[in-house]
Amino acid sequence: MEAREQLRILGQIGDIPSLSEKIRETNMFPLCAKGIDILQINLGKRCNLSCRHCHVDAGPHRTEIMTRPILEKCLEILSSFPIATIDMTGGAPEMNPHLEWFIGEAARLNRQMIVRSNLTILLEEAYRHFMDIFAQNKVEIVTSLPDYLETKSDRQRGAGVFGKIIAALRELNALGYGMKNSGLRIDIVHNPVGAYLPGSQAALEHEYRTRLLAEHGVHFNQLFCLTNLPIGRYLDYLIESGNLDDYLSALCHSFNPAAVKNVMCLTTLSVGWEGSLYDCDFNQMLDLTVNHGAPKNIMNFDMDKLKNREIVINNHCYGCVAGCGSSCRGATTEED
Amino acid sequence: MSYYEPKDLADFPNITEWAQKEGNKFFEYYGAATGAGKLTEREKSLIALTVALTQNCPYCIDAYTTKCMSLGISSEEMMEAAHTGAAMMAGVTLAHTTQMRKIIRKKEM
Repeated sequence: MEAREQLRILGQIGDIPSLSEKIRETNMFPLCAKGIDILQINLGKRCNLSCRHCHVDAGPHRTEIMTRPILEKCLEILSSFPIATIDMTGGAPEMNPHLEWFIGEAARLNRQMIVRSNLTILLEEAYRHFMDIFAQNKVEIVTSLPDYLETKSDRQRGAGVFGKIIAALRELNALGYGMKNSGLRIDIVHNPVGAYLPGSQAALEHEYRTRLLAEHGVHFNQLFCLTNLPIGRYLDYLIESGNLDDYLSALCHSFNPAAVKNVMCLTTLSVGWEGSLYDCDFNQMLDLTVNHGAPKNIMNFDMDKLKNREIVINNHCYGCVAGCGSSCRGATTEED
Repeated sequence: MSYYEPKDLADFPNITEWAQKEGNKFFEYYGAATGAGKLTEREKSLIALTVALTQNCPYCIDAYTTKCMSLGISSEEMMEAAHTGAAMMAGVTLAHTTQMRKIIRKKEM
């Protein structure tokens, strides 16, 4: 579905108040950035998988790939400013032909590096070497495993994907990922396989840890719970299954003002494959570039105009401020 | 129109209306009793779902089925819990036939 059509649907939410109204009630509107701690780089929309919940609409058919000049510009910015974290996402970042070079260059800057890998691609011969590249450069791996049950997980990510992720996890564990004192972190992302919100991150992490170890012998560092945002293929699913109204209502009723204070866009800048700048990867998929006077392309990067920019919000952002909050690093507030 | 409407579930927090003090005390108790303690949130949610099913409360069935899903409880685990509840209900019914049978024995010639 086109971004404009998604925004039209998200604009018609019946008697549910818009998110900006809800935030106004808390006197936190407008939301403004508090600097840039994370540069999240979307290296392209190409992916070896076509998951049902993918907000990027990524897949093998996509051709959008970030070019080297844009990555060079990212490095220039990173070397000029003390941005703590480089967060590489996609699609499958490994399918960008410049990733290996980029990691090598970025490693010299001594920042935290994160790659969002689906892991299945690391079992393909052409990409297998990335396991060593990630380990050598101490790149933290974040991978999506929607459920610890194979049948449920595969319903969302495709038949056989769960088994491949487990196989890759075993190989990464053997390299030290997820093992104590190795300095190599691998975190798992849980997101609901259906039209409901994630539960307690601590409770789910306990279940994942216990079951993945007992049933598959694999280790990981941390579980991040992500709420599915009503955009992209997940929005299609909500509409087709007749769940859209109930889901939006659930998000609205779970609105948590404390989560607004910690929402990730306040400290993140997202770079699209063609260099456009966004407040987050979700806004990127809705073509909602940074606004309110901030430069819209990385080639015109201006820290002074970006560091306190006003955030562009829409009703899909309810997903990040519902319940315990949701971000690329999981829940954003403490549980009761 | 049905007496039970799914959207009415959202009205639950408003049951404090007209009896604020008692309502607030109920919610305080409810939160303490259903939150994680010696039993985990998962275990308590399965108990709550089972009670909801045996008591035929559509609001609680909706709320606790969703909560169980959110906590990663599988359909099979929920169905097992439902059977425990069903067996308990059957057992409770049949155990009470003791009263019935006692009365029959006493009154029949």
